[in-house]
Amino acid sequence: MMNKLAGYGAAGLVLLAATLLVCIGVGSVFLPTGQIVGILLHRLPWIGSMVTPDWDVAAEQIVMQVRLPRVLLGMLVGASLAVAGAAFQGVLRNPLADPFTLGVSSGAAVGAATLIFFGWQFSLIGVFTLPVVAFITGASTLLVVMWLARENGRIPIESLILSGVVMQSFLGAIVSFLTAMSKKTVNEILYWTMGSLSLRGWSYTIILFPYLVIGMLFLWSKARSLNLLALGERQAAHSGLNVDRTKAVVLLIATLMTAAAVSVSGVIGFVGLVIPHMIRLITGPDYRLIIPLSALGGGIFMMWSDLAARTVLAPTEIPLGVVTAFVGAPFFAYLLYRNKKRRMEELQ
Amino acid sequence: MIGIQGIVKSYGRQTVLQGIDWQVQRGDFWGIIGPNGSGKTTLLNVLSGVEGPETGEITLDGRLLASYSRKELSRKLAVLQQDGLPPMAFPVRQVLEMGRFPFQNWRGKEEEDGAERLINEIMRRLDLLGLEHKPLHVLSGGQRQRVALGKVMAQQPEVVLLDEPTTYLDIRYQMQFMELVSSWQRAEHLTVIAVMHDLNLASLYCDKLIALRDGKIIASGTPNEIITPEIVKMLFDVDAYSVMHPDRGVPQLLLRSEQGM
Repeated sequence: MMNKLAGYGAAGLVLLAATLLVCIGVGSVFLPTGQIVGILLHRLPWIGSMVTPDWDVAAEQIVMQVRLPRVLLGMLVGASLAVAGAAFQGVLRNPLADPFTLGVSSGAAVGAATLIFFGWQFSLIGVFTLPVVAFITGASTLLVVMWLARENGRIPIESLILSGVVMQSFLGAIVSFLTAMSKKTVNEILYWTMGSLSLRGWSYTIILFPYLVIGMLFLWSKARSLNLLALGERQAAHSGLNVDRTKAVVLLIATLMTAAAVSVSGVIGFVGLVIPHMIRLITGPDYRLIIPLSALGGGIFMMWSDLAARTVLAPTEIPLGVVTAFVGAPFFAYLLYRNKKRRMEELQ
Repeated sequence: MIGIQGIVKSYGRQTVLQGIDWQVQRGDFWGIIGPNGSGKTTLLNVLSGVEGPETGEITLDGRLLASYSRKELSRKLAVLQQDGLPPMAFPVRQVLEMGRFPFQNWRGKEEEDGAERLINEIMRRLDLLGLEHKPLHVLSGGQRQRVALGKVMAQQPEVVLLDEPTTYLDIRYQMQFMELVSSWQRAEHLTVIAVMHDLNLASLYCDKLIALRDGKIIASGTPNEIITPEIVKMLFDVDAYSVMHPDRGVPQLLLRSEQGM
């Protein structure tokens, strides 16, 4: 297991570094890779003094103030959504589950849409008003869904998924209503619900970083419990797992991570669904591998998607959620096709 | 080892267990027999701690069952379900390692070494060595049930509960499975409680039996006392002859068919 993780992990890290350099380099102004490496190394402690600056100030400005924070934010958001998706799939034991299955994104969207509708985005705590409110409404949606699904102190998976679907359509209706009713701000609500990473700056990245890293490490520590859950809840309980507590805690942490990601980037679909499946195809069913590698895969996938979102039709930006769906949905169709084919072969 | 007193359990308005009293000594091999809906599986669920009784007490090693945490309980008591393990992509060895979960800390490490040796030994004993890296979904039903048994062995329990473990197996695997359980029980001086569908297998392998009907124990004793035409008639409303097993000296049932009369 450790050897496998080291192998895949090393390959993933190399890919991550390469992606980072490409995504920082490409844009309205092209920056050569050597220069980017120099600028980045220069900022590091100890090593920094060994690099002599031979680039112009504008290039450094573009890297440090514009592209790097955006690329890193994309990486964090993608990693969080993918890890949360893997956790949701593990607990709900449903291949179609993703971080939004239980209505977290819809809840966050209601909060955001309400603020935008009434023009309160910057009212309480400046630029952070919208993310904080979206985070709170998103996370509290989970509590409502869990309360709806509760039966005698247990939370059966089927009612959990059904409650999530019900909440999603109800909250989705509210967002649609607000979108339709607001004359001048239609685009703003709509664009928020389609996701974007533009103009976020360093502050979001820095706030999210520790939060998401802790969430990921926690879910990683629950990987063996998720493996046991794959045996079925009864089996898992017989093997020494406190099933109800594990389910509640994992769902809560995965939801908080999702809400945090959604609150800064809007709703970006398919990352949390497709990336864990892709990792599962490569490495097999072990969550000790799926969780950390989903973080790498989600980060890489999101950086490329955001690169496409801002460059393909430049200077117009394509909403990020549209890009991930364009790439993710066909891939998912391929997965379904492959599974179908495999089942047919097994039957013959 | 296990003391059961006045257990009542109901689902909604239906009372499934109505006052069960039962003592199980260390090293006993008990079978639970009875018709469908008599409460056998419910009794096993209550014993395994995943469902609590409404009234009554269960003690394990002199301590209330409800006071054990899931992890503590799983170090003492293991359960093998009827449907065994689902067809999954996990390889055999890793499934056996999952049996060690109750002994691992949050990082997946155990306090003492030896888990690997234990698992190798279990694989040798259950004839799983060639299948070590095969995913579960390519195995046959019999092989999968052997893996399920291996996982339970890896838990190193003192008490094993079996819920109709041979239901989905053909007769060769039924025998093989019961032989494996029986030799493990004798080697480790285990306490085994098994819900048994097949009365002839129950008679062959269990030291003692309880007969359950409508949530009550209507008889308990050795196979010689329980596998009789009268009790079988009372339990299942089926006419049968009982004959002595020529090697083992325990009763075996022959069913009477109306056509032959």
